[in-house]
Amino acid sequence: MARVVVNAPKSAKRGEVIEIRTLAGHAMETGFRRTQTGELIPRDIITQLVCTYNGVEVFRAELHPAMAANPLITFTTVATESGTLELKWTGDNGYVATQSASITVV
Amino acid sequence: MRFFALLVAVFSTLLTAGEIPLAERRSGYEFMSRETRAMQDDEATGPALFSLLDGEALWSRKEGQPGVACASCHASMKGVAVRYPKVESGRAVNLEQQINFCRTGRQKAPAWAYESRELLALTAYVARQSRGMPIAIEWNEATAPFLEAGRAAFNRRQGQLNLSCAQCHDDNWGKRLAGSVIPQAHPTGYPIYRLEWEGVGSLQRRLRNCLAGIRAETLPYGAQELVELEFFLMWRANGMRLETPAVRP
Repeated sequence: MARVVVNAPKSAKRGEVIEIRTLAGHAMETGFRRTQTGELIPRDIITQLVCTYNGVEVFRAELHPAMAANPLITFTTVATESGTLELKWTGDNGYVATQSASITVV
Repeated sequence: MRFFALLVAVFSTLLTAGEIPLAERRSGYEFMSRETRAMQDDEATGPALFSLLDGEALWSRKEGQPGVACASCHASMKGVAVRYPKVESGRAVNLEQQINFCRTGRQKAPAWAYESRELLALTAYVARQSRGMPIAIEWNEATAPFLEAGRAAFNRRQGQLNLSCAQCHDDNWGKRLAGSVIPQAHPTGYPIYRLEWEGVGSLQRRLRNCLAGIRAETLPYGAQELVELEFFLMWRANGMRLETPAVRP
């Protein structure tokens, strides 16, 4: 179940540095753990987060097996123009989650 | 004068039997790192958020044979969690159990398993509404036997390490057990999101962890002994503010 929240300011001054926080609900199964009977639990993690601002990529993160469940990623960008921040998380087993936030720049 | 002070000191020690005075009480929050505190303070993207959202959905979902939701009977749950556990028809009952009584009794729906995602989510959603309110457990005729039993359990040495809860959490709080600070064991934020669990868990899960840690018998979920211990711990934290859903390392 793809569940994501994005927390970004609704408005900002032009040129201001804004903080974007995003939380994804995901188990981040490492692929190194075994069941009680010794079988390997297959890896199931989020592998990438990409943030585009009016279609232009402003942030990209690659995630790896050592990262905790329910990853929270905080990053900053410069508010240049009004528009949409679109965040896309992708991962193993066809995991895709997108969430967008609109921002007004004055 | 000095003799008098000594006498008072001895007398008060006898009275409180090593329990922590109100002015010295510290929530586990105060022992945490700055980063972990920031996670708890972050309401919009806190790690327990998805559990709270699940709980909100379950609150208004029609369940069971009569097709009633929690929201059909109850308006607000503000102030409820600070008064649990409580005594209900001669038994000590915690919030999780009360929710399951409502499910089986009013909704004619099957009880949720202890520590299931649903039960934790709904408990967190209910308790969240009392966030910031002081814990208010009464010690009266009805509750006394359970609180006394809980206190006895708290002070009882048990397990292969022959330790009582009090030896760590009353006598040695603030010191370290390996790398971790020993907190005072005030259950101010349950259900909590524990980083070690990578998820939300109940107070009983935490108590079972402690029992395993001292190599004692890990009582089954919902055991009356665990509820009594929860009851005593909540009474012991009387006046402290509820932090649900808290984040702990």
